[in-house]
Amino acid sequence: MIRSLPRSKKYNFTFVLFVILFYTFLFAPLVVTCVLAFNNSDFPSLPWNGVTLDWFFANDAHRVGIFHDANNLRSIFTSVKTAVIVSILSLIVGTFGAFLFEQEEFKFKQALYFLTLAPLVIPGVILGISILLASNSVGLFIEERLGFEAPLFAPGFWLVVLGQFSFITTFVVLVVSARLKKFDRTLEEAALNLGANRLQVIWYITLKYLKPSLIGAGTVAFLMSFENFNTTLFLVGSEPTLPINLYLQVRDGSTPVINAISFLMIVFTSFLALINLYFSKNKD
Amino acid sequence: MKHAKLGFYIFLIPVILWLFLLIVIPHIDLLLMSFKSENIYGKPTFSFANYKNFFVEPIYWLTFVRTAIYSIIVTVITAIISLPIAFYITKVVNTKFSRFLSILLLMPFWVSELVRVYGWMILLRESGVVNHFLLKLGLINKPIELLYNDVSMVMVLVYTSMLFMVVPLISVMESLDDHLIEAAYDLGASTKDIVFKIIIPHSKPGLTSGAIVVFMLTLGNYLTPNLIGGKNSLWFTEQIYTQFIASFNWNQGAAFGFLLLVLSTVIIWLGLKVTRQNLSKVVQ
Repeated sequence: MIRSLPRSKKYNFTFVLFVILFYTFLFAPLVVTCVLAFNNSDFPSLPWNGVTLDWFFANDAHRVGIFHDANNLRSIFTSVKTAVIVSILSLIVGTFGAFLFEQEEFKFKQALYFLTLAPLVIPGVILGISILLASNSVGLFIEERLGFEAPLFAPGFWLVVLGQFSFITTFVVLVVSARLKKFDRTLEEAALNLGANRLQVIWYITLKYLKPSLIGAGTVAFLMSFENFNTTLFLVGSEPTLPINLYLQVRDGSTPVINAISFLMIVFTSFLALINLYFSKNKD
Repeated sequence: MKHAKLGFYIFLIPVILWLFLLIVIPHIDLLLMSFKSENIYGKPTFSFANYKNFFVEPIYWLTFVRTAIYSIIVTVITAIISLPIAFYITKVVNTKFSRFLSILLLMPFWVSELVRVYGWMILLRESGVVNHFLLKLGLINKPIELLYNDVSMVMVLVYTSMLFMVVPLISVMESLDDHLIEAAYDLGASTKDIVFKIIIPHSKPGLTSGAIVVFMLTLGNYLTPNLIGGKNSLWFTEQIYTQFIASFNWNQGAAFGFLLLVLSTVIIWLGLKVTRQNLSKVVQ
């Protein structure tokens, strides 16, 4: 059964086999994608024709590697820009939320907390369309009543930012609250008794304590924004983010350049995930 | 502790703005839009036409029912595969490997869903890697199309949401005291009894939170049904997308969106009621 109990050979064998199959299932698509990014063939499929770095660096008549592919590079830049802004915004509001729910008492707190959790159970597609509709209503209102066009409320960069911010903030609230729960509030009281005001206490003591979880929440927010598809799909304008851009290419037939981009994304996200892991381990 | 009023409002206002401007008002707008339609003069009027269309056109409600049933199937399969994996990692494998295995488990979770789905496409398609090996081994003599059917779609849906089930299960199983299993074993309980009377009841909170997230993500998924399921496997999110982007019939799309939201809320609510849990406990 478990570690401390005797286990039959058959039990061990079937269990290990199941786990190996599971991990194969988990990594097969990622490994295949990465390997084929280096295949010297015009299609992302086998047979293996030897190693090439063309899909990263080439720039000739029939092969354009990712580093020369203006369209894809632009979408990577858009994604990074979006993710940076979304993580900063959601980190600020999410941290305020964590303080609000952990340290303050007020009427309707339970109801407000319930609303905060709502984005967890609203499908991303619905968040996308509801924000699209609402901002369109606002845009129309401004155009009709005030007489000027408001491009800010049409699908585009800022609407994508708002859409992602709307649900990523919830995750920040949860991550930061978890850490704030363990905070010893007598430290705050001591500082208050020594003459600090509330904001000084938060700045010099509580936020210092929260730092690892803020970094953790920041990387999670960045990654969630970077890979978001469902909400972004409805809000995107003429500047597609990387997942949207890749989707259009995959749908219309793929080249190994997509594998090269995927390879870079896998390396990059694993790196960020490790940073996140490092900081969340330091927490306890 | 007496709190400074100022601090309280600094926390409260951004949170209120976020929740009302980006969650509450857009969803009210979604509901209002779904009851609007154009009369014969092209003027917007209040009507139930959008909801009527849903029930009159079999393709709409059939897709809706299909999406719900498949999402439940995916959730159940995910739970069945994840339980033994979580059990193995927390209770069976040598503690040295346990941490390594759980880190390994998290890696694909960080990689964009698009990349993972794309990986499955190059594995499964007619010129894909799986077909290549099947041909090489002589098991088949001409390539078969493994994409664009419901079985592959369910498999990839399980794949994309798997980790949201495994992670909460690992955390509940870590809190299960080994002595309980040892005691049961010493008293002569069978493996089946231990699994159904100790392990599964103890894992219930993790199972519920995993099931909610997996169900919600599957129901609202757009990429996998679209890219793996193909033209034959309709998904309700695709209907929403068609109404919004292709037909530009936002009122109809809003009605569909609202129906999807109601469906996910009702099923999640039922799930919580049946297992006697509440949302704020589940997400922790």
